[in-house]
Amino acid sequence: MKYIDEYRDGTLARAIATTIASEAVPGRHYQFMEFCGGHTHAVSRYGIEDLLPSNVRMVHGPGCPVCVLPVGRIDDAIALALRPGVTLCTYADLMRVPASGGGSLLKARSAGADIRMVYSTMDAIRIAEDEPGRDVVFFAIGFETTTPATAIAIRLARRKMLRNFSVFCNHVLTPPAIRAVLDVPDDDNADEHTGGVRIDGFVGPAHVSTVIGTTPYVALAKHFRKPVVVAGFEPLDMMQAILMLVRQINDGRHDVENQYIRMVSEAGNLIAQRAIAEVFELRASFEWRGLGELPDSALQLREAYADLDAERRFSITTVSTADNPACECGDVLRGRTKPAECKLFGTVCSPETPMGSCMVSPEGACAAHWAYGRFRNRVARQPVPAAT
Amino acid sequence: MDPAPRLRTRRLDLRNGRVDLSHGAGGRATTQLIDEIFRPAFDNPLLAQGNDQAAFDVPAGRMVMSTDSYVISPLFFPGGDIGSLAVHGTINDVAMAGARPLHLAAGFILEEGFQLADLQRIATSMGRAARDAGVAIVTGDTKVVERGSGDGVFISTTGIGIVPPGLILSGDRARPGDQVILSGSLGDHGVAVMSQRNNLGFETTILSDSAALHGLVAEMVHVAGASLRLLRDPTRGGLAASLNEIAQQSNVGFLINEHAIPVKDQVAAACELLGLDPLHVANEGKLVAVVAPEAADALLAVMRAHPLGREAARIGEVIADEQRFVQMITSFGGGRIVDWLTGEQLPRIC
Repeated sequence: MKYIDEYRDGTLARAIATTIASEAVPGRHYQFMEFCGGHTHAVSRYGIEDLLPSNVRMVHGPGCPVCVLPVGRIDDAIALALRPGVTLCTYADLMRVPASGGGSLLKARSAGADIRMVYSTMDAIRIAEDEPGRDVVFFAIGFETTTPATAIAIRLARRKMLRNFSVFCNHVLTPPAIRAVLDVPDDDNADEHTGGVRIDGFVGPAHVSTVIGTTPYVALAKHFRKPVVVAGFEPLDMMQAILMLVRQINDGRHDVENQYIRMVSEAGNLIAQRAIAEVFELRASFEWRGLGELPDSALQLREAYADLDAERRFSITTVSTADNPACECGDVLRGRTKPAECKLFGTVCSPETPMGSCMVSPEGACAAHWAYGRFRNRVARQPVPAAT
Repeated sequence: MDPAPRLRTRRLDLRNGRVDLSHGAGGRATTQLIDEIFRPAFDNPLLAQGNDQAAFDVPAGRMVMSTDSYVISPLFFPGGDIGSLAVHGTINDVAMAGARPLHLAAGFILEEGFQLADLQRIATSMGRAARDAGVAIVTGDTKVVERGSGDGVFISTTGIGIVPPGLILSGDRARPGDQVILSGSLGDHGVAVMSQRNNLGFETTILSDSAALHGLVAEMVHVAGASLRLLRDPTRGGLAASLNEIAQQSNVGFLINEHAIPVKDQVAAACELLGLDPLHVANEGKLVAVVAPEAADALLAVMRAHPLGREAARIGEVIADEQRFVQMITSFGGGRIVDWLTGEQLPRIC
C-alpha cells in the first residue's frame, strides 16, 4: 500500500536496527519513553523491541487519552447519559472504560441510556440537528490531536444556533503530562527527576505536534536535560526516532528534533491553534488517572461559549473517585512498572475484565502488552517459518 | 341456489406493501406471504409439498448439521445481502467438516413494517445462492415481531450435509509441524459491510467475499484425503479467532508469517483508517486449512486452481505450545501475538 508499506519495510528496519546496535555504546543503558499510546501500540504490534539491542529499551508513557481519564469523569458521563432526554455521543473506545461500581458507558447503554458511538464531532452535530427534541452532549476527550475538531464543532454549533448541543470537555495537554512524569520527588535516587525509572529521552507524538509544533517541548528538554524526538507512528518512524535519541545521548545533547518532517513543523498548525484558543482556555487544575491533579494541564470552554458547556448546562461537579487500590495503572503510566509486573495483569485484569484503564484502550500499555507481547514473558521463541 | 362464491384474495403489493403482524399469525396472510414470496424464490419439489417438514433419503456416510443466525446492518451490501449470506454461511459451516451440503432450512423473523419489496429481493437472492450451490431450501418458518422489536429481518438457517466415509476433519486434529493454508485475502466482507454503514460511509470498491465453499472443499478433500486435518471458515472474529479456537481445541500453538497473509490494498487502507486489524475482520468466503506437511504443496496447488482459492497462501505452521499462543512474525521483522478480539472491534480515538 503506497505511503504505508514504505514505512513498514523489514529490510530497512533491520538496517536501522544494525545502526542502532553499532552506535549504542556497550555497557551503557538507553531507556526512552514513548509518551503516546499510539507509539506503544506500534512498538507492540510490530515487535519493535525484538529489533533493538538489549541495552536500548522502551518505557510506556501516559499518552493514551482513554487511560488518563479519571473514574469521576466517566461517572459524570454516565450520569449525564442517564438523564431523561439526553443523548451522549462518544468515541467508541470510551465505551468500556471502567467507572466506579463496576459500571461503564456500555453497561449504562444496556440499562437504557441513549449513548451513541460517533466517528467525528460532526456526527454529533448532525444528531443534534436531526433530533431537536434530544439534548445532545458530545463527550470530548483526547490530547491536542482531537481538540481542534471539538473546537470546530463548537463554533459550528454556535453558527447554526443549535440549542440542544453541548460539549463535556475533557481535553488534556501533552507538555504538562511530560512535565508531570519528570517532575516528581526523588524518592529512591534512581533518577534525579522521575523517582524510580530512568528516562533518557522521549519519543514525542507526531499527531500532537502537527497541531502544536515542536516548540512547546524546547523548554522541557532544556529544563530536564532530556532529548525529545517527535516521531510518526509507523514502525520505521519509531526506529529512526530511537536512533536519533541514541545519537543525542551519545553527543550529550538534549535537543528537540523532528523525525516527522513530512507533516510536523516547528510552529505547528496555526489555524488549528487559533480555533482552540478561540473556544478553550486552560483549566486551573484537572485530575489525571495515574498522575493526580495537574495544574494547567487541561482545557475548558471559554465564558463566551458557556451555553455550549455541558458542565455548566447540567451543573456537573466531578467527584474524585479512587481507582482499585490493587491496580498499578498509575505506576504503569509513569513508566515505573511494566504491565506484566502488575499483580493484577493477566489474573483478574485482562481486556475482557479490565480493572484499570491501561487495559481498556487498545493503546493502553497493558492492553498492548496483553494483545501483542505477553508471549515475551516466556524465554523460548520459536523459529521463523519461510514465507511461501 | 348459487354456488358458493370463490374466495378471492388480493395479491401482495410487492412494490409498496409492508409486512404486518397478520403475516406472522399463521393464517391466510402467512400462507400468502409464503406462497407469493418464499415458495417461488426457493422453488424445489420438497418445499412444494407444503408440509411442516421435508422428508428425504440420506446417502451413506456421516451426517453433519449446523445452524446459524444472520443479523447484519445494512441488509444489502456490496457483493451480497443478508439472504445470500444466510445461505453461504451455513453451507460453509457444513462444508468445513468436509461434507457435501444437502438441504437447508430457513427461519425468518420479520419486523412489522418491513417492505415486501426488500423481503422479495432477499428471498430471491437466497434462492439464487442456494440453486448456484446445488443446495435446496426445503423447509422454513416465518414470524413477525412488532415494529421496533427487530431490525427489519433476521434469518436463521440450518443445514445438513454428508461427509464421505472415512473422512474426519475436526478442530482437535492439528499437530506440530502441520502447515496452515489460507484460501485468499482477508477482510473483504467486513470492510464491504462497514463501508456501507451510514455513519461511516467511506468509498471503496471492495465487494464482500460471500461465497459457498463446498466445491473448493470437495477438491481439497479429493487431493489431500486424510492428510487434511481440519478446515475452518474465519467469519466473525476473523482469522485470529479461528486460529485461537483451533489452538485451544488441539492444545497447540501457531506461528504465522504476516508477510504471507494476503490482504487487499483497499482492505488494508480501510483498516488503517479505522484502526482495525484485518486479522480480526470477518470473511464469508474464505477458509483456513491445516494439513500434514507432506500434503501441503499438493493442497495449495489444487486450491490455487479453483476460482475461490486463487490467492491461496501458506501462512504458517502449527507449533508445540502449552500456552496455545498464536504468534506472528510481523512483516517488519518482529514478533507478536495474534490474540482473540476483545469485545467488539472499536475504532480508536486518535
